[in-house]
Amino acid sequence: MLEIKCPYCGKRSQNEFSYGGDASVKRPELGKEISDKDWDDFVYLRKNLRGKHSELWHHVAGCRQWFKVLRSTATHEIFKTTKVNE
Amino acid sequence: MSQKFRLIKSGYIDREKKISFKFNGKKYFGFKGDTLASALLANGVHLVGRSFKYHRPRGFLGSNVEEPNALVQLYNGAKTEPNAVATTIELVEGLVAKSQNCFPSVSFDFGAINNFLSKFFPAGFYYKTFMWPKSFWHKIYEPVIRKAAGLGVAPLKPDPDRYEHKFEYCDILIVGSGPSGLASALSAAKNGAKVILAEDKPRFGGSLLTDEVTIGNKKGKDWADEKITQLKLMPNVIVKNRSQVFGYYDHNMMVMFERTRDHIENPSQFTPRQRLWYIRAKEVIISTGSIERPLVFGNNDRPGIMLASAAKEYMKVYGVIVGKKPIIFTNNDSGYDTAIEFKKNGIDPLILDVRSNSESSVAKEAKNLKINIKFSYGVVNALGYKKVNSAVIGKLNKEKSGYDNLENISCDCICVSGNWTPTVHLSSQSGNKLKFDDEINAFVPNQSRQNESTIGSARGLFTLKETLEEGFTKGYDLSKKITGKDLKTPTPTSNERIYEQHDKFWCMPLPKKKNYKRCVDFQNDVYVSDIELAVSEGFRSIEHVKRYTTLGMATDQGRTSNLNGLQLVSNIEKKIIPEVGHTTFRPPYTPVTIGTIVGREVGKHYRPTRKSPMHSWHTRNNAVFVDAGLWLRPRYYKQNKETLLEAAKREATNVRNNIGICDVTSLGKIDIKGPDSAEFLNRVYTNSWMKLPVGKARYGVMLREDGVVFDDGTTTRISENHYHMTTTTAQAVNVLSHLEYYLQVVWTELNVNVLSTTEQWAGVALAGPNSRNLLSKLFPETDVSNESLPFMGFKQADFFGVPARIFRISFSGELAYEINVESGYGVFMWEKIMEIGQEMNIEPYGTEALSTLRIEMGHVAGSEIDGRVIASDLSLEGMLSKKKDFIGKRSLNRTAFLNPEREKIVGVVPLDKKTMIPEGSHLVMDENADLPNPKLGHISASCWSVEYNNPFSLAILKDGNKKIGVKLYALSPLKNKSIPVEIVSSHYVDPKGKRVRS
Repeated sequence: MLEIKCPYCGKRSQNEFSYGGDASVKRPELGKEISDKDWDDFVYLRKNLRGKHSELWHHVAGCRQWFKVLRSTATHEIFKTTKVNE
Repeated sequence: MSQKFRLIKSGYIDREKKISFKFNGKKYFGFKGDTLASALLANGVHLVGRSFKYHRPRGFLGSNVEEPNALVQLYNGAKTEPNAVATTIELVEGLVAKSQNCFPSVSFDFGAINNFLSKFFPAGFYYKTFMWPKSFWHKIYEPVIRKAAGLGVAPLKPDPDRYEHKFEYCDILIVGSGPSGLASALSAAKNGAKVILAEDKPRFGGSLLTDEVTIGNKKGKDWADEKITQLKLMPNVIVKNRSQVFGYYDHNMMVMFERTRDHIENPSQFTPRQRLWYIRAKEVIISTGSIERPLVFGNNDRPGIMLASAAKEYMKVYGVIVGKKPIIFTNNDSGYDTAIEFKKNGIDPLILDVRSNSESSVAKEAKNLKINIKFSYGVVNALGYKKVNSAVIGKLNKEKSGYDNLENISCDCICVSGNWTPTVHLSSQSGNKLKFDDEINAFVPNQSRQNESTIGSARGLFTLKETLEEGFTKGYDLSKKITGKDLKTPTPTSNERIYEQHDKFWCMPLPKKKNYKRCVDFQNDVYVSDIELAVSEGFRSIEHVKRYTTLGMATDQGRTSNLNGLQLVSNIEKKIIPEVGHTTFRPPYTPVTIGTIVGREVGKHYRPTRKSPMHSWHTRNNAVFVDAGLWLRPRYYKQNKETLLEAAKREATNVRNNIGICDVTSLGKIDIKGPDSAEFLNRVYTNSWMKLPVGKARYGVMLREDGVVFDDGTTTRISENHYHMTTTTAQAVNVLSHLEYYLQVVWTELNVNVLSTTEQWAGVALAGPNSRNLLSKLFPETDVSNESLPFMGFKQADFFGVPARIFRISFSGELAYEINVESGYGVFMWEKIMEIGQEMNIEPYGTEALSTLRIEMGHVAGSEIDGRVIASDLSLEGMLSKKKDFIGKRSLNRTAFLNPEREKIVGVVPLDKKTMIPEGSHLVMDENADLPNPKLGHISASCWSVEYNNPFSLAILKDGNKKIGVKLYALSPLKNKSIPVEIVSSHYVDPKGKRVRS
């Protein structure tokens, strides 16, 4: 079980959080033209990388804030956690 | 039988306290402080079990968790526990145990015929033999094999015991209280660190309990006792015995179970049986010690053959001698310790040492004691079936490939010592890639991947002096890093016997023309010949050899067999061991009772139960409840001997004719506030929200980004910047996370806050033609006329002194309202409504009637919004705004979504107007078509339409629009039904929606 440092609450065990996917994905702007391929990439395609991965987590059983975690997918090492806008 | 093998003195048992117990139906006596194993051995009982496959008689090999043979079934009935390791069970009055895997008894076992047929059961036998005919496997082969092979019997009744979970944090967790563990605990604790010291055995001290050593001016055990007492008095230290750390997980999450009750004679009823500890440690010190390896020779699995270290422990800790005519068979000096211990207790051992000589201090001590030592000798074969009674011993030739001479000597036990294997399981679990240490011929930890340090003999350090030094240093270094303090505890002087290099020779060759069975893995019945066969058949990877032969599997995890198996494979393959590698060490290190893992999360406590504030009223009024996610909701209110269907019809009919009241508290409620709320709703819902006036509600549909329908519900504008959203019961949690995601991550510019208020409001639905009439009596001061409170209208009003919210929304399709008050007033509201509504024939209705009403109206719910449908499938395409963008809109032009023959929601009526269609039935054209019968659609929800008095279902049907009036079949292979049906509109009742607006 990972130990994740919520930027708002401090270190907590993984079972208080839920995983929210790749943090580098940006939702296309509303109302803007977008090609089928770009939209498809946004909805479906994610990198399955080995190594440092910036991802979103949600402190569901805590402060209910979404935040970013930089984690190694190979070793589970967490390098840092930051607020979404940091 | 008296305890014939109990020594007069010695041992740490309490001789004042005699304990009786039963083994295989027979009564024996032991002492407090015994294990089941030591007590049986004191009574001369060696035969305790039968081997897994060949049913060979087996005795004790070890004295601790390494024991592969002595697995017993404890107690009877619901409390029974299979595969308990006799060497780790503490004796208590009234203990009942019996042997496993034998019939009718351990002494006379029919299964032993397998041993005589063993040449027909080599490695991989099952894979080769039971392949044909295929149909035989399930019904014939498997049940027979399962009965013949295997371990204990699982209890059939629920576990009556209680188990607890505990969470703990510390600076340093130290696993194992041997010299290195104790030393590190002491120096870390004195330097201010918060320390947990965990010992799996009842007694602290590890090897200090059995080794002839002194520390400072004290005997090893006395030093250990003193230090444990000191540690227990320190406020920053938790000292735990009977506590096995069995798993090393990510981020230094350690899991440990503590045996809290089974060793206590009269436990209180509140004492849990075991406690599971989740320990998050900044640093972990693994001082788990090492386990002796057996030597391999003919029939080396006979009862009476055990590890020399175990024999020593039985003498020193329990005052039990395992035999009166022992042979010590060794390839290193530690076997001499056992021989000397025998000698001190007045028994003459014979030492067979495969080495040509030893000049170590311990060997000299043995020589001085006039112990008979034969160098270059070893045991070739053990004789005796249920207990060893003699041995063929041989003088090894120079190459150790055969024998210069063989002789037969009598004995009653053989103590084997094949050097030591570091217990690296936890280190390996932590991600530490092990390396092979050629000197000790075993794997040791290498580079730590987490904050883990393995010290002492667990990393191959075998002298007390080095071990203590390392322990004190490590404890100091790690604690300094954490606490910043600098108090160093000096390492005391120590005295010990000196050992020389061991001989790597471990497997005795077969004499000419002999074909003795030589056991490598005792628990899984894997012999030298099995491994040879596996390698000769082409299994090269050690992981494959493991799976083909079952070497190193099952409860003992190959603690005594892994290295010997690896050595054998490397010998045959002419490789060095590091090239062969090792199999993966996985948690748990020792078996853990499932009850411990589950803890208190059993039965009703498996997950939380959510109850509405009106739950007590429902209970008092004969509600039959149903699980709706975590919620318990009234399914129907039973009257007399009604069935579910009868009750649902009665309740639904009363809504259609008079008025019903339904508890809708479980509906998800989200409070939305902020100046950008309207804009936000406009983005998350598919329809337009910019112009919703204050005091009005609107129905909305949410999509996922992939265009699939996510949820639906109504949202009401309470005031200028304040909205009240409702979600389905099932998706309430997910919708909140979804909204938070878009507000916090995607559209951070929006000034909106969302908050779950599901549990803050008690909600009821009032539905039926009398509902306005009742409402006017409930809110006499408020204008509830159709003009003032029209369909989708909202008002805040006073409910007999309680602030209430009235929403004119309808799920039933009738004229209906929902009233919310603060949760604490839920029962008050409900009872008041029942009282005042009595004259209008108000009746409560449950979820079954609720479903009936919505199904015949064609309103969709969770059974239709199943994560696979898009808005048009549900005939909700009118909800999709063309003027604005919203979540998921861009996905709606996917080719599959635009297919004109896509699924559509339809109504389904059985032709006989009598047969209820099971939910999940498939709609097909031809009931007799070849399988797989092409599926056109499925039944999503079924009810008995009270409007038409016949069954009615909703279905998602391919090209459903064009199939109105078509006759199909509803097939339910589960219920073995084929029902001719007609497709009709999903709006079965009041298709124009006049009633809700009336």
